[in-house]
Amino acid sequence: MKYMLMICRDPSIELNAEEQAELVSSANAWVKEMDSRGIRQFGQALQPVSDATTVRVRGADVLIADGPFAETKEHIAGFDVIECADLDEALDVAARHPVAKAGAVEVRPFWAE
Amino acid sequence: MTAGTGSAGGAVPEAITEAFRQEWGRILAALIGTTGSWDLAEECAQEAFAQALRSWPRDGVPRRPGAWLTTVARNHALDRLRRSAAESAKLREVAALSPGQEPDSFDDESGIPDDRLRLMFTCCHPALALEARVALTLRTLAGLTTAEIARAFLVGEPTMAKRLVRAKNKIHDARIPYRVPPAHLLPERTSGVLAVLYLLFNEGYSATAGTDIIRRSLCAEAIRLTRVLGRLMPDEPEVLGLLALMLFQDARRTARVDSAGDLVTLEDQDRTRWDQQEIGEGAGLVEAALRRGRPGPYQLQAAIAACHATAPDAAGTDWAEIALLYGELAPMVPSPVVQLNRAVAVAMADGPAAGLELVGAIEASGALSGYHLLAATRADLLRRLGRHGAAARSYREALALATTDAERRYLARRLADAENQA
Repeated sequence: MKYMLMICRDPSIELNAEEQAELVSSANAWVKEMDSRGIRQFGQALQPVSDATTVRVRGADVLIADGPFAETKEHIAGFDVIECADLDEALDVAARHPVAKAGAVEVRPFWAE
Repeated sequence: MTAGTGSAGGAVPEAITEAFRQEWGRILAALIGTTGSWDLAEECAQEAFAQALRSWPRDGVPRRPGAWLTTVARNHALDRLRRSAAESAKLREVAALSPGQEPDSFDDESGIPDDRLRLMFTCCHPALALEARVALTLRTLAGLTTAEIARAFLVGEPTMAKRLVRAKNKIHDARIPYRVPPAHLLPERTSGVLAVLYLLFNEGYSATAGTDIIRRSLCAEAIRLTRVLGRLMPDEPEVLGLLALMLFQDARRTARVDSAGDLVTLEDQDRTRWDQQEIGEGAGLVEAALRRGRPGPYQLQAAIAACHATAPDAAGTDWAEIALLYGELAPMVPSPVVQLNRAVAVAMADGPAAGLELVGAIEASGALSGYHLLAATRADLLRRLGRHGAAARSYREALALATTDAERRYLARRLADAENQA
Protein backbone atom coordinates (compact mmCIF):
# COMPACT_ATOMS: atom_id res chain seq x y z
CA MET A 1 0.00 0.00 0.00
CA LYS A 2 1.43 3.38 -1.04
CA TYR A 3 1.12 6.49 1.08
CA MET A 4 2.34 10.01 0.52
CA LEU A 5 3.85 11.81 3.47
CA MET A 6 3.48 15.54 3.26
CA ILE A 7 6.18 17.06 5.39
CA CYS A 8 4.79 20.29 6.81
CA ARG A 9 6.75 23.00 8.55
CA ASP A 10 5.69 26.13 10.35
CA PRO A 11 7.85 28.87 8.77
CA SER A 12 7.27 31.15 11.76
CA ILE A 13 9.48 28.81 13.77
CA GLU A 14 12.93 29.92 12.70
CA LEU A 15 15.87 27.64 13.25
CA ASN A 16 19.39 28.82 13.93
CA ALA A 17 22.21 27.44 11.81
CA GLU A 18 22.99 24.69 14.28
CA GLU A 19 19.36 23.54 14.55
CA GLN A 20 19.00 23.65 10.77
CA ALA A 21 22.08 21.49 10.33
CA GLU A 22 20.77 19.06 12.95
CA LEU A 23 17.42 18.85 11.15
CA VAL A 24 19.06 18.20 7.80
CA SER A 25 21.29 15.48 9.18
CA SER A 26 18.46 13.68 10.99
CA ALA A 27 16.27 13.97 7.87
CA ASN A 28 19.09 12.40 5.86
CA ALA A 29 19.37 9.60 8.42
CA TRP A 30 15.61 9.00 8.13
CA VAL A 31 15.85 8.87 4.31
CA LYS A 32 18.75 6.45 4.49
CA GLU A 33 16.95 4.16 6.93
CA MET A 34 13.64 4.14 5.01
CA ASP A 35 15.44 3.61 1.69
CA SER A 36 17.36 0.67 3.09
CA ARG A 37 14.19 -0.88 4.50
CA GLY A 38 12.59 -0.63 1.06
CA ILE A 39 9.86 1.61 2.43
CA ARG A 40 10.69 4.94 0.82
CA GLN A 41 10.06 4.94 -2.92
CA PHE A 42 10.73 8.55 -3.77
CA GLY A 43 10.83 11.90 -2.09
CA GLN A 44 11.98 15.46 -2.38
CA ALA A 45 12.39 18.62 -0.35
CA LEU A 46 10.79 21.69 -1.93
CA GLN A 47 11.65 25.36 -2.22
CA PRO A 48 9.67 27.59 0.18
CA VAL A 49 6.14 28.76 -0.68
CA SER A 50 7.52 32.20 -1.51
CA ASP A 51 8.67 30.49 -4.71
CA ALA A 52 5.27 28.88 -5.36
CA THR A 53 2.99 29.86 -8.23
CA THR A 54 -0.64 28.78 -8.39
CA VAL A 55 -2.51 28.22 -11.65
CA ARG A 56 -6.30 28.14 -12.04
CA VAL A 57 -8.21 27.90 -15.31
CA ARG A 58 -11.64 29.52 -15.21
CA GLY A 59 -13.45 29.41 -18.51
CA ALA A 60 -11.00 30.68 -21.09
CA ASP A 61 -8.85 32.46 -18.53
CA VAL A 62 -5.64 31.09 -17.13
CA LEU A 63 -5.26 32.73 -13.73
CA ILE A 64 -1.75 32.85 -12.43
CA ALA A 65 -1.03 33.94 -8.89
CA ASP A 66 2.01 34.24 -6.73
CA GLY A 67 1.98 32.00 -3.65
CA PRO A 68 0.55 28.68 -2.47
CA PHE A 69 -3.00 27.42 -3.22
CA ALA A 70 -4.06 27.81 0.39
CA GLU A 71 -2.93 30.22 3.07
CA THR A 72 -2.13 28.01 6.03
CA LYS A 73 0.14 28.28 9.02
CA GLU A 74 2.03 25.18 7.99
CA HIS A 75 3.50 24.74 4.54
CA ILE A 76 4.48 21.64 2.65
CA ALA A 77 8.25 21.59 2.78
CA GLY A 78 8.70 18.25 1.09
CA PHE A 79 7.10 14.89 0.39
CA ASP A 80 7.92 11.21 0.46
CA VAL A 81 6.16 8.29 -1.16
CA ILE A 82 6.34 5.18 1.01
CA GLU A 83 5.23 1.58 0.62
CA CYS A 84 3.84 0.05 3.84
CA ALA A 85 1.85 -2.97 4.96
CA ASP A 86 -0.86 -0.85 6.59
CA LEU A 87 -1.62 2.51 8.18
CA ASP A 88 0.00 1.57 11.49
CA GLU A 89 3.32 1.05 9.73
CA ALA A 90 2.91 4.29 7.76
CA LEU A 91 2.15 6.20 10.97
CA ASP A 92 5.24 4.76 12.59
CA VAL A 93 7.40 5.81 9.61
CA ALA A 94 5.85 9.30 9.72
CA ALA A 95 6.42 9.61 13.47
CA ARG A 96 10.13 8.92 12.94
CA HIS A 97 10.51 11.82 10.50
CA PRO A 98 12.39 14.62 12.30
CA VAL A 99 9.99 17.33 11.07
CA ALA A 100 7.15 15.56 12.97
CA LYS A 101 8.74 16.90 16.18
CA ALA A 102 8.27 20.58 15.37
CA GLY A 103 5.95 20.60 12.36
CA ALA A 104 3.55 17.92 11.15
CA VAL A 105 3.48 15.02 8.75
CA GLU A 106 0.24 14.32 6.88
CA VAL A 107 -0.19 10.70 5.80
CA ARG A 108 -2.36 10.23 2.70
CA PRO A 109 -3.09 6.85 1.14
CA PHE A 110 -2.78 6.61 -2.63
CA TRP A 111 -6.00 6.45 -4.59
CA ALA A 112 -6.61 2.77 -5.33
CA GLU A 113 -7.16 2.13 -9.06
CA MET B 1 -30.54 -30.49 15.22
CA THR B 2 -33.01 -27.87 16.22
CA ALA B 3 -33.52 -28.62 19.88
CA GLY B 4 -37.02 -27.38 20.27
CA THR B 5 -37.68 -24.60 22.65
CA GLY B 6 -39.25 -23.03 19.59
CA SER B 7 -42.79 -24.35 19.83
CA ALA B 8 -43.63 -21.98 22.69
CA GLY B 9 -44.64 -18.93 20.63
CA GLY B 10 -43.36 -16.03 22.81
CA ALA B 11 -39.96 -17.58 23.39
CA VAL B 12 -38.78 -17.25 19.80
CA PRO B 13 -38.79 -13.46 19.38
CA GLU B 14 -37.18 -13.27 22.79
CA ALA B 15 -34.52 -15.77 21.75
CA ILE B 16 -33.83 -13.76 18.60
CA THR B 17 -33.55 -10.51 20.57
CA GLU B 18 -31.23 -12.20 23.00
CA ALA B 19 -29.16 -13.76 20.21
CA PHE B 20 -28.92 -10.37 18.55
CA ARG B 21 -27.60 -8.73 21.70
CA GLN B 22 -25.18 -11.55 22.44
CA GLU B 23 -24.05 -12.50 18.97
CA TRP B 24 -24.25 -9.52 16.61
CA GLY B 25 -20.80 -8.17 17.41
CA ARG B 26 -19.19 -11.57 17.34
CA ILE B 27 -20.77 -12.58 14.02
CA LEU B 28 -19.92 -9.26 12.41
CA ALA B 29 -16.36 -9.41 13.72
CA ALA B 30 -15.90 -12.93 12.35
CA LEU B 31 -17.31 -11.96 8.94
CA ILE B 32 -15.15 -8.85 8.64
CA GLY B 33 -12.17 -11.03 9.50
CA THR B 34 -13.13 -13.53 6.82
CA THR B 35 -14.24 -11.28 3.98
CA GLY B 36 -12.35 -8.07 4.69
CA SER B 37 -15.46 -6.12 3.76
CA TRP B 38 -17.36 -4.22 6.43
CA ASP B 39 -20.39 -3.61 4.24
CA LEU B 40 -20.66 -7.18 3.06
CA ALA B 41 -20.27 -8.40 6.64
CA GLU B 42 -23.02 -6.11 7.88
CA GLU B 43 -25.44 -7.06 5.13
CA CYS B 44 -24.85 -10.78 5.59
CA ALA B 45 -25.23 -10.57 9.38
CA GLN B 46 -28.53 -8.77 8.85
CA GLU B 47 -29.65 -11.45 6.41
CA ALA B 48 -28.83 -14.16 8.93
CA PHE B 49 -31.01 -12.52 11.56
CA ALA B 50 -33.79 -12.02 9.00
CA GLN B 51 -33.58 -15.73 8.20
CA ALA B 52 -33.75 -16.57 11.91
CA LEU B 53 -36.93 -14.53 12.17
CA ARG B 54 -38.43 -16.67 9.40
CA SER B 55 -37.20 -20.12 10.33
CA TRP B 56 -36.90 -20.23 14.13
CA PRO B 57 -40.66 -19.88 14.74
CA ARG B 58 -41.16 -22.77 12.30
CA ASP B 59 -38.21 -25.05 13.16
CA GLY B 60 -37.48 -24.06 16.73
CA VAL B 61 -34.55 -22.21 18.20
CA PRO B 62 -31.29 -24.00 17.38
CA ARG B 63 -29.27 -25.33 20.27
CA ARG B 64 -26.42 -22.97 19.53
CA PRO B 65 -28.00 -19.86 18.10
CA GLY B 66 -24.65 -18.13 17.65
CA ALA B 67 -23.17 -20.97 15.61
CA TRP B 68 -26.33 -21.22 13.51
CA LEU B 69 -26.34 -17.48 12.78
CA THR B 70 -22.62 -17.42 11.98
CA THR B 71 -22.94 -20.27 9.51
CA VAL B 72 -25.94 -18.73 7.79
CA ALA B 73 -24.23 -15.35 7.58
CA ARG B 74 -21.06 -16.95 6.25
CA ASN B 75 -23.01 -18.87 3.62
CA HIS B 76 -24.66 -15.64 2.52
CA ALA B 77 -21.22 -14.06 2.22
CA LEU B 78 -20.00 -17.03 0.21
CA ASP B 79 -22.98 -16.77 -2.16
CA ARG B 80 -22.44 -13.07 -2.65
CA LEU B 81 -18.76 -13.47 -3.36
CA ARG B 82 -19.36 -16.37 -5.72
CA ARG B 83 -21.61 -14.12 -7.73
CA SER B 84 -18.93 -11.47 -8.08
CA ALA B 85 -16.02 -12.90 -10.04
CA ALA B 86 -13.88 -9.88 -9.30
CA GLU B 87 -13.61 -11.02 -5.71
CA SER B 88 -12.05 -14.36 -6.52
CA ALA B 89 -9.19 -13.92 -4.08
CA LYS B 90 -11.59 -13.30 -1.26
CA LEU B 91 -13.71 -16.23 -2.39
CA ARG B 92 -10.81 -18.55 -1.78
CA GLU B 93 -10.49 -17.17 1.72
CA VAL B 94 -14.16 -17.70 2.45
CA ALA B 95 -14.08 -21.18 1.01
CA ALA B 96 -11.04 -22.02 3.09
CA LEU B 97 -12.62 -20.77 6.26
CA SER B 98 -16.14 -21.98 5.70
CA PRO B 99 -16.79 -25.21 7.55
CA GLY B 100 -19.15 -26.19 4.73
CA GLN B 101 -21.70 -27.57 7.13
CA GLU B 102 -25.39 -27.08 7.24
CA PRO B 103 -26.34 -24.69 10.01
CA ASP B 104 -28.19 -27.29 12.02
CA SER B 105 -25.28 -29.72 12.05
CA PHE B 106 -23.16 -27.28 14.03
CA ASP B 107 -22.43 -29.05 17.24
CA ASP B 108 -20.14 -26.81 19.16
CA GLU B 109 -19.08 -23.22 19.24
CA SER B 110 -15.51 -23.80 18.21
CA GLY B 111 -16.50 -22.82 14.68
CA ILE B 112 -17.01 -19.18 15.73
CA PRO B 113 -13.75 -17.31 15.91
CA ASP B 114 -13.97 -14.51 18.43
CA ASP B 115 -12.73 -11.58 16.41
CA ARG B 116 -14.39 -8.97 18.59
CA LEU B 117 -11.08 -7.84 20.05
CA ARG B 118 -9.76 -7.07 16.56
CA LEU B 119 -13.00 -5.27 15.80
CA MET B 120 -12.76 -3.19 18.98
CA PHE B 121 -9.20 -2.09 18.28
CA THR B 122 -10.06 -1.22 14.69
CA CYS B 123 -13.18 0.76 15.64
CA CYS B 124 -11.19 2.65 18.27
CA HIS B 125 -8.16 3.33 16.05
CA PRO B 126 -6.71 6.79 16.79
CA ALA B 127 -6.66 7.65 13.05
CA LEU B 128 -10.48 7.89 13.24
CA ALA B 129 -12.18 10.93 14.75
CA LEU B 130 -13.31 10.31 18.32
CA GLU B 131 -16.99 10.70 17.45
CA ALA B 132 -16.56 8.20 14.60
CA ARG B 133 -14.89 5.71 16.96
CA VAL B 134 -17.84 5.92 19.33
CA ALA B 135 -20.43 5.60 16.55
CA LEU B 136 -18.62 2.72 14.88
CA THR B 137 -18.29 0.84 18.17
CA LEU B 138 -22.02 1.17 18.79
CA ARG B 139 -22.94 0.17 15.24
CA THR B 140 -20.65 -2.81 14.83
CA LEU B 141 -20.11 -4.20 18.32
CA ALA B 142 -23.38 -3.32 19.99
CA GLY B 143 -25.57 -3.56 16.88
CA LEU B 144 -27.40 -0.29 17.46
CA THR B 145 -29.05 1.08 14.34
CA THR B 146 -27.81 4.29 12.75
CA ALA B 147 -31.10 5.94 13.81
CA GLU B 148 -30.60 4.89 17.43
CA ILE B 149 -27.02 6.18 17.51
CA ALA B 150 -28.11 9.45 15.90
CA ARG B 151 -30.77 9.92 18.58
CA ALA B 152 -28.33 9.12 21.36
CA PHE B 153 -25.95 11.82 20.16
CA LEU B 154 -28.64 14.31 19.19
CA VAL B 155 -27.68 14.53 15.54
CA GLY B 156 -29.75 13.81 12.45
CA GLU B 157 -29.75 10.31 11.01
CA PRO B 158 -28.19 11.41 7.68
CA THR B 159 -25.35 13.08 9.60
CA MET B 160 -24.70 9.92 11.60
CA ALA B 161 -24.96 7.74 8.48
CA LYS B 162 -22.37 9.95 6.76
CA ARG B 163 -20.09 9.76 9.80
CA LEU B 164 -20.23 5.95 9.74
CA VAL B 165 -19.67 5.71 5.99
CA ARG B 166 -16.71 8.09 6.17
CA ALA B 167 -15.14 6.04 8.97
CA LYS B 168 -15.62 2.74 7.14
CA ASN B 169 -14.19 4.27 3.96
CA LYS B 170 -11.12 5.44 5.81
CA ILE B 171 -10.58 2.01 7.37
CA HIS B 172 -10.66 0.56 3.87
CA ASP B 173 -8.87 3.28 1.88
CA ALA B 174 -6.09 4.05 4.36
CA ARG B 175 -5.81 0.36 5.30
CA ILE B 176 -6.32 0.62 9.03
CA PRO B 177 -5.31 -2.89 10.09
CA TYR B 178 -7.92 -5.30 11.42
CA ARG B 179 -5.96 -6.78 14.28
CA VAL B 180 -5.02 -6.64 17.90
CA PRO B 181 -2.06 -4.23 17.92
CA PRO B 182 1.46 -5.60 18.48
CA ALA B 183 3.01 -5.38 21.94
CA HIS B 184 4.71 -2.00 21.45
CA LEU B 185 1.41 -0.34 20.53
CA LEU B 186 -0.85 -2.33 22.84
CA PRO B 187 -0.80 -0.26 26.07
CA GLU B 188 -1.53 3.00 24.22
CA ARG B 189 -4.21 1.45 21.99
CA THR B 190 -5.85 -0.37 24.89
CA SER B 191 -6.24 2.87 26.79
CA GLY B 192 -7.76 4.29 23.58
CA VAL B 193 -10.38 1.53 23.56
CA LEU B 194 -11.10 2.08 27.26
CA ALA B 195 -11.49 5.81 26.67
CA VAL B 196 -14.12 5.16 23.98
CA LEU B 197 -16.03 2.75 26.24
CA TYR B 198 -15.94 5.21 29.14
CA LEU B 199 -17.06 8.04 26.89
CA LEU B 200 -19.95 5.84 25.76
CA PHE B 201 -20.88 5.23 29.37
CA ASN B 202 -20.66 8.90 30.34
CA GLU B 203 -22.68 9.93 27.31
CA GLY B 204 -25.49 7.80 28.70
CA TYR B 205 -24.84 8.65 32.33
CA SER B 206 -24.81 12.42 31.99
CA ALA B 207 -28.34 12.41 30.57
CA THR B 208 -30.60 13.51 33.43
CA ALA B 209 -34.36 13.95 33.77
CA GLY B 210 -36.69 13.00 30.93
CA THR B 211 -33.93 10.83 29.63
CA ASP B 212 -34.26 9.04 26.35
CA ILE B 213 -34.28 5.28 26.74
CA ILE B 214 -31.61 5.05 24.04
CA ARG B 215 -29.22 7.16 26.08
CA ARG B 216 -29.90 4.97 29.06
CA SER B 217 -29.07 1.90 27.04
CA LEU B 218 -25.68 3.43 26.25
CA CYS B 219 -24.64 2.76 29.84
CA ALA B 220 -25.80 -0.83 29.61
CA GLU B 221 -23.99 -1.32 26.29
CA ALA B 222 -20.80 0.27 27.63
CA ILE B 223 -20.87 -2.09 30.61
CA ARG B 224 -21.62 -5.09 28.41
CA LEU B 225 -18.78 -4.28 25.97
CA THR B 226 -16.35 -3.68 28.83
CA ARG B 227 -17.31 -7.10 30.21
CA VAL B 228 -16.58 -8.63 26.80
CA LEU B 229 -13.24 -6.81 26.68
CA GLY B 230 -12.45 -8.07 30.18
CA ARG B 231 -13.04 -11.66 29.06
CA LEU B 232 -10.93 -11.15 25.93
CA MET B 233 -8.08 -9.40 27.78
CA PRO B 234 -8.10 -11.14 31.15
CA ASP B 235 -4.58 -9.96 32.02
CA GLU B 236 -5.32 -6.26 31.72
CA PRO B 237 -6.24 -4.86 35.16
CA GLU B 238 -7.29 -1.48 33.74
CA VAL B 239 -10.19 -3.16 31.93
CA LEU B 240 -11.42 -4.58 35.23
CA GLY B 241 -10.87 -1.16 36.79
CA LEU B 242 -13.02 0.54 34.18
CA LEU B 243 -15.75 -2.09 34.53
CA ALA B 244 -15.77 -1.59 38.30
CA LEU B 245 -15.86 2.19 37.90
CA MET B 246 -18.86 1.96 35.57
CA LEU B 247 -20.66 -0.42 37.92
CA PHE B 248 -20.18 1.90 40.92
CA GLN B 249 -21.53 4.85 38.96
CA ASP B 250 -24.38 2.85 37.49
CA ALA B 251 -25.33 1.65 40.98
CA ARG B 252 -26.14 5.24 41.92
CA ARG B 253 -28.16 5.98 38.78
CA THR B 254 -31.61 6.27 40.33
CA ALA B 255 -30.44 8.03 43.49
CA ARG B 256 -28.60 10.85 41.77
CA VAL B 257 -31.63 12.73 40.48
CA ASP B 258 -34.51 13.93 42.70
CA SER B 259 -38.19 14.02 41.74
CA ALA B 260 -37.75 17.54 40.31
CA GLY B 261 -34.94 16.34 38.05
CA ASP B 262 -32.20 18.09 40.01
CA LEU B 263 -28.89 16.37 40.63
CA VAL B 264 -28.48 15.13 44.20
CA THR B 265 -24.93 15.33 45.57
CA LEU B 266 -23.28 12.12 46.68
CA GLU B 267 -23.50 13.28 50.28
CA ASP B 268 -27.27 13.71 50.14
CA GLN B 269 -28.19 10.63 48.12
CA ASP B 270 -30.51 8.02 49.60
CA ARG B 271 -28.07 5.13 49.93
CA THR B 272 -30.83 2.56 50.20
CA ARG B 273 -31.51 3.25 46.52
CA TRP B 274 -27.99 2.26 45.47
CA ASP B 275 -27.78 -1.06 43.65
CA GLN B 276 -25.96 -3.31 46.12
CA GLN B 277 -25.44 -6.08 43.60
CA GLU B 278 -23.51 -3.77 41.25
CA ILE B 279 -21.54 -2.36 44.18
CA GLY B 280 -20.63 -5.84 45.35
CA GLU B 281 -19.48 -6.86 41.89
CA GLY B 282 -17.49 -3.63 41.48
CA ALA B 283 -15.79 -4.07 44.84
CA GLY B 284 -14.72 -7.61 43.93
CA LEU B 285 -13.40 -6.44 40.54
CA VAL B 286 -11.39 -3.52 41.85
CA GLU B 287 -9.85 -5.71 44.52
CA ALA B 288 -8.92 -8.39 42.00
CA ALA B 289 -7.47 -5.74 39.66
CA LEU B 290 -5.35 -4.02 42.31
CA ARG B 291 -3.98 -7.36 43.47
CA ARG B 292 -2.13 -7.55 40.12
CA GLY B 293 0.12 -4.77 41.39
CA ARG B 294 -0.19 -2.64 38.23
CA PRO B 295 -2.42 0.25 39.29
CA GLY B 296 -3.69 2.62 36.62
CA PRO B 297 -6.08 5.57 36.39
CA TYR B 298 -9.27 3.48 36.03
CA GLN B 299 -8.36 1.16 38.90
CA LEU B 300 -7.63 4.13 41.16
CA GLN B 301 -10.82 5.94 40.21
CA ALA B 302 -12.72 2.71 40.83
CA ALA B 303 -11.03 2.33 44.22
CA ILE B 304 -12.11 5.88 45.09
CA ALA B 305 -15.65 5.11 43.93
CA ALA B 306 -15.52 1.93 46.05
CA CYS B 307 -14.74 4.00 49.18
CA HIS B 308 -17.85 6.07 48.55
CA ALA B 309 -20.04 3.14 47.56
CA THR B 310 -19.21 0.98 50.56
CA ALA B 311 -19.37 3.72 53.22
CA PRO B 312 -22.35 3.21 55.56
CA ASP B 313 -23.22 6.93 55.28
CA ALA B 314 -21.59 10.18 54.14
CA ALA B 315 -20.03 10.78 57.57
CA GLY B 316 -18.55 7.27 57.63
CA THR B 317 -16.63 7.77 54.36
CA ASP B 318 -12.94 6.84 54.59
CA TRP B 319 -11.61 10.21 53.43
CA ALA B 320 -8.04 9.44 54.47
CA GLU B 321 -8.02 6.49 52.05
CA ILE B 322 -9.63 8.60 49.32
CA ALA B 323 -7.06 11.38 49.79
CA LEU B 324 -4.31 8.77 49.52
CA LEU B 325 -5.79 7.34 46.29
CA TYR B 326 -6.08 10.81 44.76
CA GLY B 327 -2.45 11.37 45.67
CA GLU B 328 -1.58 8.29 43.57
CA LEU B 329 -3.95 9.25 40.76
CA ALA B 330 -2.81 12.88 40.40
CA PRO B 331 0.62 12.18 38.82
CA MET B 332 -0.94 9.66 36.38
CA VAL B 333 -3.72 11.96 35.20
CA PRO B 334 -2.35 15.47 34.75
CA SER B 335 -5.77 17.05 35.22
CA PRO B 336 -6.46 20.05 37.45
CA VAL B 337 -9.93 18.59 38.14
CA VAL B 338 -8.24 15.59 39.77
CA GLN B 339 -6.15 18.04 41.82
CA LEU B 340 -9.33 19.79 42.90
CA ASN B 341 -10.96 16.51 43.94
CA ARG B 342 -7.82 15.67 45.84
CA ALA B 343 -8.03 18.99 47.68
CA VAL B 344 -11.63 18.18 48.68
CA ALA B 345 -10.62 14.75 49.97
CA VAL B 346 -7.66 16.18 51.89
CA ALA B 347 -9.97 18.80 53.44
CA MET B 348 -12.30 16.03 54.59
CA ALA B 349 -9.43 13.92 55.95
CA ASP B 350 -7.10 16.56 57.44
CA GLY B 351 -9.34 19.61 57.85
CA PRO B 352 -10.39 22.54 55.66
CA ALA B 353 -7.11 24.46 56.15
CA ALA B 354 -5.10 21.65 54.50
CA GLY B 355 -7.58 21.56 51.62
CA LEU B 356 -7.50 25.33 51.22
CA GLU B 357 -3.74 25.20 50.80
CA LEU B 358 -4.10 22.79 47.85
CA VAL B 359 -6.89 24.93 46.34
CA GLY B 360 -4.54 27.91 46.58
CA ALA B 361 -1.89 25.99 44.62
CA ILE B 362 -4.41 25.18 41.85
CA GLU B 363 -5.48 28.84 41.70
CA ALA B 364 -1.87 29.95 41.49
CA SER B 365 -1.35 27.65 38.48
CA GLY B 366 -4.28 29.35 36.72
CA ALA B 367 -5.35 25.99 35.27
CA LEU B 368 -8.99 26.19 36.36
CA SER B 369 -9.61 29.93 36.23
CA GLY B 370 -13.25 30.53 35.36
CA TYR B 371 -14.30 27.07 36.60
CA HIS B 372 -17.19 27.57 39.02
CA LEU B 373 -16.39 24.47 41.09
CA LEU B 374 -12.99 25.90 41.98
CA ALA B 375 -14.59 29.00 43.47
CA ALA B 376 -17.36 26.91 45.05
CA THR B 377 -14.80 24.61 46.69
CA ARG B 378 -12.83 27.54 48.08
CA ALA B 379 -16.11 29.07 49.36
CA ASP B 380 -17.09 25.82 51.07
CA LEU B 381 -13.70 25.44 52.80
CA LEU B 382 -13.76 29.08 53.98
CA ARG B 383 -17.28 28.54 55.34
CA ARG B 384 -16.11 25.52 57.30
CA LEU B 385 -13.24 27.60 58.71
CA GLY B 386 -15.84 30.14 59.92
CA ARG B 387 -14.53 32.83 57.54
CA HIS B 388 -18.03 33.75 56.35
CA GLY B 389 -17.19 37.10 54.75
CA ALA B 390 -14.52 35.55 52.52
CA ALA B 391 -16.81 32.56 51.88
CA ALA B 392 -19.58 34.88 50.66
CA ARG B 393 -17.20 36.55 48.19
CA SER B 394 -16.22 33.16 46.76
CA TYR B 395 -19.84 31.97 46.61
CA ARG B 396 -20.67 35.14 44.67
CA GLU B 397 -17.84 34.40 42.24
CA ALA B 398 -18.98 30.78 41.83
CA LEU B 399 -22.59 31.89 41.29
CA ALA B 400 -21.53 34.16 38.43
CA LEU B 401 -19.67 31.28 36.76
CA ALA B 402 -22.19 28.45 37.32
CA THR B 403 -23.71 26.96 34.17
CA THR B 404 -26.88 25.17 35.27
CA ASP B 405 -29.97 26.37 37.12
CA ALA B 406 -29.69 23.63 39.72
CA GLU B 407 -26.15 24.73 40.58
CA ARG B 408 -27.19 28.39 40.69
CA ARG B 409 -30.03 27.58 43.11
CA TYR B 410 -27.67 25.65 45.38
CA LEU B 411 -24.99 28.35 45.36
CA ALA B 412 -27.53 31.16 45.96
CA ARG B 413 -28.74 29.31 49.05
CA ARG B 414 -25.20 28.94 50.36
CA LEU B 415 -24.43 32.58 49.60
CA ALA B 416 -27.47 33.75 51.59
CA ASP B 417 -26.39 31.61 54.57
CA ALA B 418 -22.84 32.97 54.45
CA GLU B 419 -24.05 36.57 54.22
CA ASN B 420 -26.30 36.05 57.24
CA GLN B 421 -23.42 34.76 59.31
CA ALA B 422 -20.80 37.24 58.16
